[in-house]
Amino acid sequence: MNKKLRVEDFSKPADPLSHVDLDDLIPLPAPYNQPENIPAWPPLDQKTKDQVEASLDDTVALGIPRPKTKAEEQELVRKFLSGLAKLFTRENNWTFLQPLLLSMDHCAKCQTCSDACHVFEASGGNELYRPTYRSEILRRIYFKYLKPGGKYFGKWAHGDIDLNWTTVARLAELSYRCNLCRRCAQTCPIGVDNGLIAHEIRKLFSQELGIAAKELHEKGSVLQLKVGSSTGMTPLVVKDNIEFIDEDTSEKVGFTVKTPWDKEGADILLIHNAGEIMAWPENPGAFAAILEKAGVSWTMSSEPVGYDDINYGLWYDDFMLAKVAIKHAQAAKKLKVKKIVIGECGHAHKALTVVADRVLTGDLNIPRESSMTLLEDIVMSGRIKLDPSRNNFPVTLHDPCNMVRSMGIVEPQRRVLRKIAPMFREMTPHGVYNYCCGGGSGFAIMSPYNFEHWRFNVAGRKKFQQILNAFQEDLRPTTHKYLCTPCSNCKGQFRDMLFYYNAFEKCGILYGGLVELIVNAMTDAKPGYIEWTWH
Amino acid sequence: MAALVHLITYAALATLVIAVAGRAIRFYRLPVHLRWELYPVAHDLERVSHGGSYLEQLNWWTKPRRTSLIGELLVMVPEMLLIKALWENNRALWYRSFPFHFGLYISIGAAGLLLLGAAAELLGFPVKATADAGMIGMALYYLPILAGYTGLGLTLLGAIVLLHRRLSAPELRNYASPAHVFNLAIFIAAFGFALLASVVRDHDFSLARGYLQSLLSLNLAAPVGSRAVALEILLVSFLIAYVPLTHMSHFFMKWFTYHTVRWDDRPNLRGSKIEAEIQNLVKAPVTWAAPHLHADGKKNWVDIITEEWKS
Repeated sequence: MNKKLRVEDFSKPADPLSHVDLDDLIPLPAPYNQPENIPAWPPLDQKTKDQVEASLDDTVALGIPRPKTKAEEQELVRKFLSGLAKLFTRENNWTFLQPLLLSMDHCAKCQTCSDACHVFEASGGNELYRPTYRSEILRRIYFKYLKPGGKYFGKWAHGDIDLNWTTVARLAELSYRCNLCRRCAQTCPIGVDNGLIAHEIRKLFSQELGIAAKELHEKGSVLQLKVGSSTGMTPLVVKDNIEFIDEDTSEKVGFTVKTPWDKEGADILLIHNAGEIMAWPENPGAFAAILEKAGVSWTMSSEPVGYDDINYGLWYDDFMLAKVAIKHAQAAKKLKVKKIVIGECGHAHKALTVVADRVLTGDLNIPRESSMTLLEDIVMSGRIKLDPSRNNFPVTLHDPCNMVRSMGIVEPQRRVLRKIAPMFREMTPHGVYNYCCGGGSGFAIMSPYNFEHWRFNVAGRKKFQQILNAFQEDLRPTTHKYLCTPCSNCKGQFRDMLFYYNAFEKCGILYGGLVELIVNAMTDAKPGYIEWTWH
Repeated sequence: MAALVHLITYAALATLVIAVAGRAIRFYRLPVHLRWELYPVAHDLERVSHGGSYLEQLNWWTKPRRTSLIGELLVMVPEMLLIKALWENNRALWYRSFPFHFGLYISIGAAGLLLLGAAAELLGFPVKATADAGMIGMALYYLPILAGYTGLGLTLLGAIVLLHRRLSAPELRNYASPAHVFNLAIFIAAFGFALLASVVRDHDFSLARGYLQSLLSLNLAAPVGSRAVALEILLVSFLIAYVPLTHMSHFFMKWFTYHTVRWDDRPNLRGSKIEAEIQNLVKAPVTWAAPHLHADGKKNWVDIITEEWKS
């Protein structure tokens, strides 16, 4: 690692600017303190380095093609500056102009935020990942190249930086080395938000240059708006899949479960992250079983996008966020439901309930609610009968950042767990001061080039440490342990990361949602809803 | 010469007022933004202890949303006076930053007391060390001395150790601009000189009080009484004008970062002022150039975000 990395170095040739080595990273608890239990991290191949921008940290998330001509280099810089100017205009960026300006103008560079960042900490203090490093580059460019007299006054007030193709391409990559979890912002005495600045850099690249992570844009939002879901499921396919899930769930629980579709006037429109339907069918199945037994009036929508609460625009593009949010609201409006309930998906919670709150106006402003509060109400009211002894195994809870730190849904899921899981224990720290899973801001679905190695070794490292510590009294694989994760995106990260470290085989750690635990404890259901097999 | 010093102080005070008001108005007038709150939100007194929000309630939109000024003060007052976030998250810097900031507060307090004393003397009430000035007159004599030396000393000490830290700690030095160094250096110069001038030429701050009296009475011809004190006044006047023009304006802009972003959990309700403002904002033409947005400079937000809806 380049410990002496300076802000000015960002524009200068270096291959790479900073390298991440396994030896630099913070240690993991046993059994991962033994080198043989840590998977190898292969170096980036030369072909990729020749083709795309990889000079940041030998890791590639975006894959920006290297320029072939000087003109191409200059064009990227010109477009970047054009986009940067738009980021600070009312008409183009009213959505975040005030928070952005506040953070750009008032940072004291005290570095209080650094220790709060799981990426910076896990990397062993790699300067490149300091929350202020990325912001400082944007700030210096902004004050030097866009403000009047910036060449002299900008340098004096904020420091110097050169703007060239390398600066721009590296900055785009660096905006995808932050999970946007905003833990850093919690610690700032002034209220500066470096997570927001990373978010705005991503927006600039997407909205002006059309550069975004393919998994979020082309294979995410664009596909979702085109066919109905970022998973590629059309309305016909999703109904077919849910029918299969209903049959499977009915067999497992021992009573008939039937998901209602397009029921006009239902109290609730339930929207899942469609990834659940594809990858974790036991989750929508458990929801259906609980709502069935609790006698809730609910429905799902077969309207395109209305059955998939994913909204990746939250992480990179305000327009894509708004487009998808409007589709969700339209589906609810069409069915004349009383409210939308969002399934176990953290970013969907924040996108539709909080961030898009000021996008949905008039009759599209349909009440939105977390499934956590609905589940709490069902469990605590006694509408379903529960036997906590069925969950007599160690359980810990992961707090999805978007649901907890950014939305304040903290206690409902805990009250449920305290009631149904006798061996529930908290991680340290937890609640609004939790650590990100490492898959936040879209990383969980991003594995281009060699990115996943960075994702598991650096971004997810702090959380993996926390998980192992939460179960430290018995890490034997024969003792089954449950990592309760009420968020699809986080589950995606845990599925991949626990598999990477072979944590089910080595330590007996399985992950899953909250509803699965509830159904596992339901006395009306046959025992054993949670199957202790890796999936 | 005395008139020039007075005019510079008036200009500095005017700059302070205009800069603070201008900056505050500029930010106040910025458009409403998408919600970006960060929990815990201090005014939710019922749930702040666990960091929860009103969204934890079933059918939250049917329930009254209670906000508490006391809740906000319980966070803001320790934050402003004691820099609590720094104490909790960056103790090494707190030991340096706290004396600087607290010293400034005490110095401002001392200036306020001197101003009160100056006003009292103008109104004919004596401000002296002797009993014939009465309790208030004696308090207005002694308290500024106590606060003045404490404030000047703490601020000077804080500025010196902060500058040392800024230049010696790699994580701070790497991000320090020439202005950062200048800012702390000018504080050291102003407060160091003020302390020296007070000890040598104005040990009981009577010249400073006299100067404030002439400022209040618009008596531009009144002599300052000491060249050292005049220089002290000029340096402090520079700081008064300079600070709100820099990132150090965080001393009042913090209100915005906390109230209009971090704690802004106001829901957008149908028929609300927020909704009306949004409906106005989305009419603005958009000029983003990415191909997927199809923005041509004529289409507005609504045109773009409802493209799929209309197709």
